[in-house]
Amino acid sequence: MANSSVADQEGQVMLLGFWFSPFVKRVEWALKFKGIEYDFVEEDSTNKSALLLNSNPIHKRVPVLIHSGNPIAESLVIIEYIDETWKQSPILPEEPYERAMARFWASFIEQKVTEPTRAALFSQGEQQEKKVKEIKEAMEVVEGEAKAKLNDKTLFFGGGNGVGYVDIVLGWTCNWMETIEEVGGFKVLDPESQPQFHKWMANFREVPFIKPTLEPKEKLVEFFRMVRQDRLGLVANE
Amino acid sequence: MPEEGVKLFGTWVSPFSRRIEVALKLKGVQYEYIEEDLTNKSPALLHYNPVNKQIPVLVHNGKPVAESFVIMEYIDETWKHNPILPADPYERAMARFWAKYIDEKFWPAARKIVVAKGEEQKGEIDEIQQQMKNLEGELKEKKFFGGESLGFLDIAANIIIWLVVAQEALGMDQILNEEKLPVLYGWLQRLLDDAVFKECVPPKDRHLDLFKVKFGSSIASK
Repeated sequence: MANSSVADQEGQVMLLGFWFSPFVKRVEWALKFKGIEYDFVEEDSTNKSALLLNSNPIHKRVPVLIHSGNPIAESLVIIEYIDETWKQSPILPEEPYERAMARFWASFIEQKVTEPTRAALFSQGEQQEKKVKEIKEAMEVVEGEAKAKLNDKTLFFGGGNGVGYVDIVLGWTCNWMETIEEVGGFKVLDPESQPQFHKWMANFREVPFIKPTLEPKEKLVEFFRMVRQDRLGLVANE
Repeated sequence: MPEEGVKLFGTWVSPFSRRIEVALKLKGVQYEYIEEDLTNKSPALLHYNPVNKQIPVLVHNGKPVAESFVIMEYIDETWKHNPILPADPYERAMARFWAKYIDEKFWPAARKIVVAKGEEQKGEIDEIQQQMKNLEGELKEKKFFGGESLGFLDIAANIIIWLVVAQEALGMDQILNEEKLPVLYGWLQRLLDDAVFKECVPPKDRHLDLFKVKFGSSIASK
């Protein structure tokens, strides 16, 4: 595999992932944004490889970035590593206070939008209703932030015409949120009450390095429908 | 007149605001500390953190930063001497990975232990001991996770003290015991002995009393 154990810009970059994972996609966006060449290893979620299990023994999940033989797990940790190792096209802002704001919003999105959406996908009835309410409340905050920061000249949270950390962290919503709504049987997206957020999603989808990476909705819906049925089927039989 | 200086909103018992105190003291940064009553949050706190309305919040020259790890990274990038995170990107990634692990796995497990009973509690204890074994794998032979001096992960791991005091308040057997977890046990003693860190730990008696009141009823109903 890799020759050197010292992380350097020339070392081989491998990304272990699933085609359907929004967490993996984020890492790909970060790599593509910087123009970093990498080998993508499609893992089988029903039969995880020895490489994956050895590279991420704690969580045993994707994404895992392996750089010069050194593995890094957790999508946000990986993105910061990428930003600090390859200095071109910065993802996080330079100024410490702006970096803190970007990290704060990333943390908010993960805790209040991403996690409850995952939970809503894998629940039903009252439990799901609770999560949907959480997501809706969080989306109000996101819309507020979009209203405050974005306009005709500033299309993205990264500032100006370029995407940044917050866009990459939030980006999964532009494709997966509708999928999960359909599969889970709920609604949190509303163009009427979230006009700025919908503008942002439309712009994000069109970014030249993002657009070709977005999976067709029908393919995602079919896959996640199966995943949800599997998960809920198990719960019902316990 | 523009606001100047550093303010920290926290509570005496929260490991999350205690983390910030350690970081500021390690850097020798002067700050004003404001003790919040979380049952009656101050207008200032709500003004500085309208999104989460939580402590800790650091206010630097009038600009607020919330979320303990976000604040710690901000402190490290603003005051560059005595670095909390290592210089190497891979080592930084490891520190962040394990800090996340502590907040996302260890902290929920610790909170479950104090309210669980019987077999369920035993299961939670086994789980958290395994988590601590995993942490030992990261510590290895080092004095601290940060090496010779305290680093990001040592500060993040202050939640372990929360668990140690809670278990004592409940009269439980030591979960982090020298026999099962010698490496982490040794680290904890060094941490509690560290000149800066020990100033930032809730006063033991007061901490125990609070936990006896807060969690003690679970003993009574066993």
